[in-house]
Amino acid sequence: MNTILKKSSSFFDVYERRPGSDKLTTTYCPGCGHGVLHKLIAEALDDFGVREKTIFISPVGCSVFAYYYFHTGNVQVAHGRAPAAATGIKRAHPGSIVISYQGDGDLAAIGTAEIIHAANRGEGITVFFVNNAVYGMTGGQMAPTTLIGQKTMTTPRGRSVENDGYPIRMSEIIATLDAPVFVERVMIGDTKSTMHTRQTVRKALKLQIEKNGFSFIEVLAACPSQLKMTPSRSKLWVKEVLEKRFPLGVCKDISGEFEGRKFTRKDVKNDELHDILDLETAQVDLEKISRFQDKPINEEIKVAGFGGQGVLSLGTVLSEMGMRHNYEVSWLPSYGPEMRGGTANCSVKISKKKIGSPLVANPTILIAMNRPSLDKFENDVVSGGLIIYDDSLIDRKPVRDDVDIIPIPATKLADELGNTKAANMVIVGALITVKEIMSQQIILDSLGDVLKRKNLVELNQKAILRGAEYIKNLKK
Amino acid sequence: MTISKSRGHVVINTEECKGCELCIEACPSDVLFLSDKFNTHGYHPSAYKGEDCTGCGICFYTCPEPGAITVFKRWDLMTETAACSHCGGDYKVFHTDEKPEALICTNCLKPVKDSQ
Repeated sequence: MNTILKKSSSFFDVYERRPGSDKLTTTYCPGCGHGVLHKLIAEALDDFGVREKTIFISPVGCSVFAYYYFHTGNVQVAHGRAPAAATGIKRAHPGSIVISYQGDGDLAAIGTAEIIHAANRGEGITVFFVNNAVYGMTGGQMAPTTLIGQKTMTTPRGRSVENDGYPIRMSEIIATLDAPVFVERVMIGDTKSTMHTRQTVRKALKLQIEKNGFSFIEVLAACPSQLKMTPSRSKLWVKEVLEKRFPLGVCKDISGEFEGRKFTRKDVKNDELHDILDLETAQVDLEKISRFQDKPINEEIKVAGFGGQGVLSLGTVLSEMGMRHNYEVSWLPSYGPEMRGGTANCSVKISKKKIGSPLVANPTILIAMNRPSLDKFENDVVSGGLIIYDDSLIDRKPVRDDVDIIPIPATKLADELGNTKAANMVIVGALITVKEIMSQQIILDSLGDVLKRKNLVELNQKAILRGAEYIKNLKK
Repeated sequence: MTISKSRGHVVINTEECKGCELCIEACPSDVLFLSDKFNTHGYHPSAYKGEDCTGCGICFYTCPEPGAITVFKRWDLMTETAACSHCGGDYKVFHTDEKPEALICTNCLKPVKDSQ
């Protein structure tokens, strides 16, 4: 033990991040258990010399502002998600010491899934779970750990089993899993228990430093403000009442036989990433696209139909081909849970300018492949826009008179080519013939790069040519 | 200042103390008490009687505020004195068996290293 017990250097000297004029004290109430646990953690980080490589994760709860105080790396995460964020941080920085610090509302209520799975994976992190049996920050509502009969803001007559179930013992739950290495419940009550907590905090951090083992330390602590007790009385309550429901002690400790968790980060270079994701490298042939250079192209396209009609792939072909013409593109699908049937639509933007949002509310081009799509989107088309619809399936004509309307029996034409599903490519052929925004030759040439099923390339090329031919005949 | 014969010494940073009284209750030697003065936050801070601290450190580990309490152990073994440039006094006592970077002025608690 040091000869001078002073403010740890793992705390900031002055809490500059804290708003207001008081930069010297914490935001915690007088007598709060958080402060003591903070000190024990900070002291251990100091003594083990790991402050510089520690990343402290602040939860939501009273300790949400832990990053005001800890002179370490800090991340403040969404409610309950500290173990999930810790997983990512630890894997991205395997050499770091990652501390997930959470309260009972954060860990045992909204974040139950995250802690269970992080523990089950045995992530090399240390979790400090402060259990004070109440929601402190939000005004003293019932927590999952609130005792039976305990009065809180939301259980004014006391927590009842019938209505609210039983207080959850998280340490015991975590200890049933195979991966956790060290699980213990400790208490900040009297001097003896606090000093034991100090040892446990050090053991847990040591375990991470030396072996990357997952440890879970539940700390029973007092919330004098929400218990409406003096600090002294609230500590007594922790010792005499809270501890009865949450017995202290080691729930699981396999740190002796635990050989250590090895996790090395795999750094992937950009080129490799390209291969892993199977990205095509498309060359833009400036000569072939020269005739589009001077056109102010800015199309917002809505493609809609039944799922299975190739609505989404029509959109991807348009946007992929757009890229090959040096346009800025975006593609945003919208569909139900069904793979076949149901309705689907996608929004495609093709522009010479950078695209701010991929959403298309008022399309300049509507491609309607079934009746409900025409009904739904017809009125959204901008005045002077274009509607292309499959008149082999849609039994009504559009009623708008301020837009160009092109009917094409795409499904019928595709059927004649031998595959109904090529209807979408018939429409692509038609679209680029009506609106000269892309080169037919480039599309035919690069279709093989875009389509996943290479045996269908020839059929789709035929479909595109058929669509173009149909429009040319129409114009005559 | 005469060097105290007490084994330990405790310094309360009155501006950081929130008056929760936990240290007073926990102190086995009963050398802490609640001051009747106010600090700027309106709390009555804890205070040291001035002697008989054993340096056990229980108040330090009981106190929830990181910087409110500083405990010097083996106070009676400290014989060297030196001047502190922070608080201006010339009678401050420093520990000599600590690592140089850990040394702080026993009065104003600022690091000795950058005062010399």
